[in-house]
Amino acid sequence: MSAEVLLQVTKINKSFGGVKAVQDVDLELPGGEILGVIGPNGSGKTTLVNLITGFVKPDSGEVLFKNKKITGLPPHRIADLGVTRTFQIMRPYHSLPAFKNLIVPLNSPRIRRSRGGKLGDKDGVAIDILEEIGFERDAYVPYKIAASLPLGYLKRLELARCLAMKPEIIICDEIFSGLSMSEITTMIPVIEKLQMDGITIIMIEHRLRELFRLVNRVIVMNFGEKLAEGNPEEVMAKPEVREAYLGTEAGQC
Amino acid sequence: MTNEQLIGKERRKERLDRGIKVRTEGLYSLTSWREMSYLLVPRMFLILGLLLIPLLLDMYWQRVLCVAGVYALLALSFDFLAEFVGLVCLGGAFFIGSGGYIAGLLSHSMGWSPFLTIPIATVGGAIVSTIVLLPCLRLRGIYFAIISFMFPLLTVYIIIALNVFGGTEGITALATFPNVWVDQYVILGAVIISVFAMRRLVTEDFGLILRSIKDNDQAVKASGISITVYKTKAVFIAALVGCFGGAYLSYLYGWLGISQFAMDFSILPIAATVMGGMGTLVGPVLGALILTPMSEALRGFGQLRVVLYCLILIGFIVYKPEGLMNVLQRKYHQFEHWEEV
Repeated sequence: MSAEVLLQVTKINKSFGGVKAVQDVDLELPGGEILGVIGPNGSGKTTLVNLITGFVKPDSGEVLFKNKKITGLPPHRIADLGVTRTFQIMRPYHSLPAFKNLIVPLNSPRIRRSRGGKLGDKDGVAIDILEEIGFERDAYVPYKIAASLPLGYLKRLELARCLAMKPEIIICDEIFSGLSMSEITTMIPVIEKLQMDGITIIMIEHRLRELFRLVNRVIVMNFGEKLAEGNPEEVMAKPEVREAYLGTEAGQC
Repeated sequence: MTNEQLIGKERRKERLDRGIKVRTEGLYSLTSWREMSYLLVPRMFLILGLLLIPLLLDMYWQRVLCVAGVYALLALSFDFLAEFVGLVCLGGAFFIGSGGYIAGLLSHSMGWSPFLTIPIATVGGAIVSTIVLLPCLRLRGIYFAIISFMFPLLTVYIIIALNVFGGTEGITALATFPNVWVDQYVILGAVIISVFAMRRLVTEDFGLILRSIKDNDQAVKASGISITVYKTKAVFIAALVGCFGGAYLSYLYGWLGISQFAMDFSILPIAATVMGGMGTLVGPVLGALILTPMSEALRGFGQLRVVLYCLILIGFIVYKPEGLMNVLQRKYHQFEHWEEV
């Protein structure tokens, strides 16, 4: 694993009215790693994602990507640099085939630049990306209308939208939530493959057991603060983390 | 199943796509004349219909047709912005006014021919309209509607207060088109071209990105695309269509005045869009071509005109809320029959 720090968050703060959504959170992300971010509901995980990707402006603190400050940039500029994210709520084009859903990222300036100004065969590229992420081409899944796809494929479609950007970092916001056990089992190798392809990943998750199969390092958040950081077993053994998860068998979830 | 058996049971209308509709999607449409004519007949009906109408009308109604054409362009641009970009733009009067004033002033001061000033006014007016609307692009829904509705009113007061561009009197005795046939075919040609160009545009990638901005702008931002850039382009395109109408109107009337910023230009397109069918692009054009002459025909009723006009609109909203074009398309593409639930 390369030691070079790709993304660095320092002392980031955000309050909504009186609610301190994120307080003094630090985060370091070396290139090539998969980092897990966990915590109970309302602990500020999604706000953290919004702060990194520019959807929410921080009150203080800064985010560095490749040692360049990206705080204050609009979301599309940050995405343009290669920091992409998925959304918890997916709203695909219900009336269009799955592969047409990738038209938006494939038209982005980032992709245009990477192809030397030409966009080429977008449909072909889209189908290749979808196949890579588990849309079986032989069964014509990429050609199916998005509205007819099960949730597992919609989550993949959301991931594919990021992947189409040729990103350096993907931030997955609860990509396992709502999926069945078997859907998750097929999803895990997909994410492992992304890591092998050199993409750095942050995973926000509630499904701890599945998450721990993927990550070596997790950050636990509670009430907007970073509660603990370290490898999954150590972190989950800490009493304050167990307490945050209502004092129950945290690892069992 | 007889009628007696169906009474008292719940029924619903089942709709199925006609086989030929499916066969005409994609390249298959080229397989036979039957498939091709299935696609071509409605389109030719519209094109030929528009081109032949002027031959059947007398002078008065030909004039009405010209004005209806301008409203059709406005309705088209309203539908495009509302349904495909999510901007409910009540600035139709601003498009007409800015296009109209640029064309009229150029013609008045420079004496250029309409075939030069209309293109200049179309592009120039669209640039002005886009710049004016630019700060409001981050607003959505009703907020954008209100602000865009203010601009024509504002401009009228600026013109009156500063007494520029002819002030309240306007500028009279402008050049006009050589004859009534040019009058009509210029606007009908523009309507036909804009409808088909717009329909094409919304199915291209550009149109898909616009629709996705309307549905889910966050995902578009997260895909590295600036939504402001795309919204600006969309407003520019819609303004082009509207400003052409305005420039044309200056020449049709041979007169230029603050009534080109009249509220009618902002409001009637909405009625036309509701009547014709939101999101169909052709529908609003048909709506405008029906509503404008209807409003003329009702002139005989004096003050009752507005009441009748409103009743017809309300009737449409209550009984056919999806609009004329959506109903026609459904009848054309699908079988319908009642079935028991």
